Amino acid sequence: MASEVHVETLAVREQFDTASQQKNASTLGMWVFLITEIMFFGGMFLAYTAYRSWYPNVFGAASRTLNATIGAINTAVLLCSSYTMVLAVRAGQLGRRKTIMLFLVLTIILGFVFLGIKGYEWWEKFEEHHVPGASFHLEGTPLQGQAQLFFSLYFAMTGLHALHMVVGVGIMSYLLYQTYVGKYTAEYYTPIDVGGLYWHFVDIIWIYLFPLLYLIDRHGPKP
Amino acid sequence: MNASYGIKSWLFTKDHKRIALLYLATITFFFFIGGIFATLIRIELLTPKGDLVSSDTYNKLFTMHGVIMVFFFLIPSIPATLGNFFIPMMIGARDLAFPRINLLSWYLLVIGGLFAIFAMVAGGVDTGWTFYTPYSTSYSNTWVIATALGIFIAGFSSILTGLNFIVTVHTMRAPGMTWFRLPLMVWSNYATSLIQVLGTPVLAITMVLVFCERTFHIGIFDPALGGDPVLFQHLFWFYSHPAVYIMVLPGMGVISELISVYSRKAVFGYGFVAFSSVAIAVLGFLVWGHHLFVSGQSLYAGMVFSFLSYFVAIPSAIKVFNWTATLYKGSISFATPMLYAFGFIGLFTIGGLTGLFVAALGIDVHVTDTYFVIAHFHYIMVGGTLMAYLGGLHYWWPKITGRMYPEGWAKLSALIIFLGFNLTFFPQFILGYLGMPRRYHAYSDEFQVLHVLSTAGASVLAVGYLLPAIYFVWSLRYGQVAGANPWKATGLEWQTPSPPPPHNFEETPVVTHDAYDYSTTVGEVIEVG
Repeated sequence: MASEVHVETLAVREQFDTASQQKNASTLGMWVFLITEIMFFGGMFLAYTAYRSWYPNVFGAASRTLNATIGAINTAVLLCSSYTMVLAVRAGQLGRRKTIMLFLVLTIILGFVFLGIKGYEWWEKFEEHHVPGASFHLEGTPLQGQAQLFFSLYFAMTGLHALHMVVGVGIMSYLLYQTYVGKYTAEYYTPIDVGGLYWHFVDIIWIYLFPLLYLIDRHGPKP
Repeated sequence: MNASYGIKSWLFTKDHKRIALLYLATITFFFFIGGIFATLIRIELLTPKGDLVSSDTYNKLFTMHGVIMVFFFLIPSIPATLGNFFIPMMIGARDLAFPRINLLSWYLLVIGGLFAIFAMVAGGVDTGWTFYTPYSTSYSNTWVIATALGIFIAGFSSILTGLNFIVTVHTMRAPGMTWFRLPLMVWSNYATSLIQVLGTPVLAITMVLVFCERTFHIGIFDPALGGDPVLFQHLFWFYSHPAVYIMVLPGMGVISELISVYSRKAVFGYGFVAFSSVAIAVLGFLVWGHHLFVSGQSLYAGMVFSFLSYFVAIPSAIKVFNWTATLYKGSISFATPMLYAFGFIGLFTIGGLTGLFVAALGIDVHVTDTYFVIAHFHYIMVGGTLMAYLGGLHYWWPKITGRMYPEGWAKLSALIIFLGFNLTFFPQFILGYLGMPRRYHAYSDEFQVLHVLSTAGASVLAVGYLLPAIYFVWSLRYGQVAGANPWKATGLEWQTPSPPPPHNFEETPVVTHDAYDYSTTVGEVIEVG
């Protein structure tokens, strides 16, 4: 592939003329990808909004059984992970290899903490018979079908989010390895920057999921 | 492009031109698979009784025809082949912004296609290409999940292609290639990419929900649990109506190129044609409700969607009128690609006008789920997109391969396709208007004459499609050597040898003129063999 004309280095790939052009392309590419992710989650948000407005009482009652304290703790964990991610990007700008690794490790740990707490919450739902299926039962409402619908959407939305967290942890681990072998410098740290965009996006999705699922109508009337 | 040889050099290539050819081979394969289903459908409909296949088999035939043709041929057709090959060249770039993602998206299409083929071989799927709930989620005993998974995966191929084009057009233009010097092919593919990026994820999540409903019975589309099957229709058409524009917009870009080069004139009203592509992309997202006129949607929603659907006619008409105005006082030559362009304009206009019929609330109630709708969208998909695709393929064939196709045979097959197409689908307008419903394998005797005409047309059409498949392959070896610019066209892709070198240009071109600047070559007549 005519490598004698354009020598392919990690810094500038052969299709680009300059490093800044390559960085612009990578960043724009990730933003466009995140827009597709918004549309992807959007289908579920739409379904949730439609059914919540149709069945406000049952959805309210179902929502009040969620553990808001744990949800709030998890929100705090994710916000902290976004903070450590920003610090990793900053360390990338300055080209400090060890600092990058420190903050990536912290981000990964916080990611696992979030997933662990989420897993505990799901286990709670299982114990309380709030997992849709034959043994499903929600106290205090005759409309078991609609209550199941709430929990179906709860599991689908938090499940899809958790899946994105798992992918995020995978990306962070890859970045950690690449940093360890010394791929990134102050001149070239685009993957950390772009990986950070993804991590913040997954964070923001949760910032919307938490109030939508846990907080709306928290103190409303009993069904 | 011929820098290296062997199967590995193709399967691991990152060259956008080679990936385009991989796509070309793949979608041609799917086109003939889809064509076989169409053939069986047309043979069955020769007689009023269901005598060739059972009704269950017939349901599978039209479903697989739709799934294969829509998701594995039409959606990738022009963007993934001609777009992939020529968009980097048209903007003066060495490659797309993300060559590895480009190769990945081809693999995704192939893997998605394998799932669809597995579903066909294992026993087929019978829900119709629209997968309407609750039939697809609660009742059908066929391979819904495998097919949905195939579509889900192929969807990501489409998303990544769109993403790649958007980033490439934004960041990789050659010096001097401003936005308003871009060829209209690039504008229309850019608009298409916007739809792919914004719409396809919604289809993906819809397929995920169908999967969840069918596997875990989560109730989201099931009225027994408080869910709503019509929610599926909203989600599905939120993608699948814009998807119509994913299919036809790139075709419009091809036609703009063809009209300009074969009338030796700049496209009339360049800015309007460019922005009408974007307008179609935007408006396309606001009209999905016109598929739900008879699905219990509120009358007010219906009226708004009907009104908005009429708006799409404006940018579409701008294009048609501007192409026609481009011809005025042009030095027109009737090379094969131009015949396809003329065919496109005529057939697209018929398809578009009948689109207004079905966008009108009252008439739609009469023709919903009849052959009128079938004829309407085949005029857009086949009469529009496929004509543009073939026109573009002929136009750029000498650039892709370095060889000319045989002009006489090509003209003949263009003519056969045009006649065969009209004979196939025009009777279907009448059939539908008379009340013949779609998706039936048996029908009343009074419809037989029109069905026989349609099947006869389909046979003619099949010959028209086989001819190019033969002479294109023939031309690879025996075609006249084309040279860099056989059409004396202005685009950057013609300023480099045919077939192009690995990095497209010996050195990055500098652009100093608008697209379609034929002022320096006015009066030159194209030699047609």
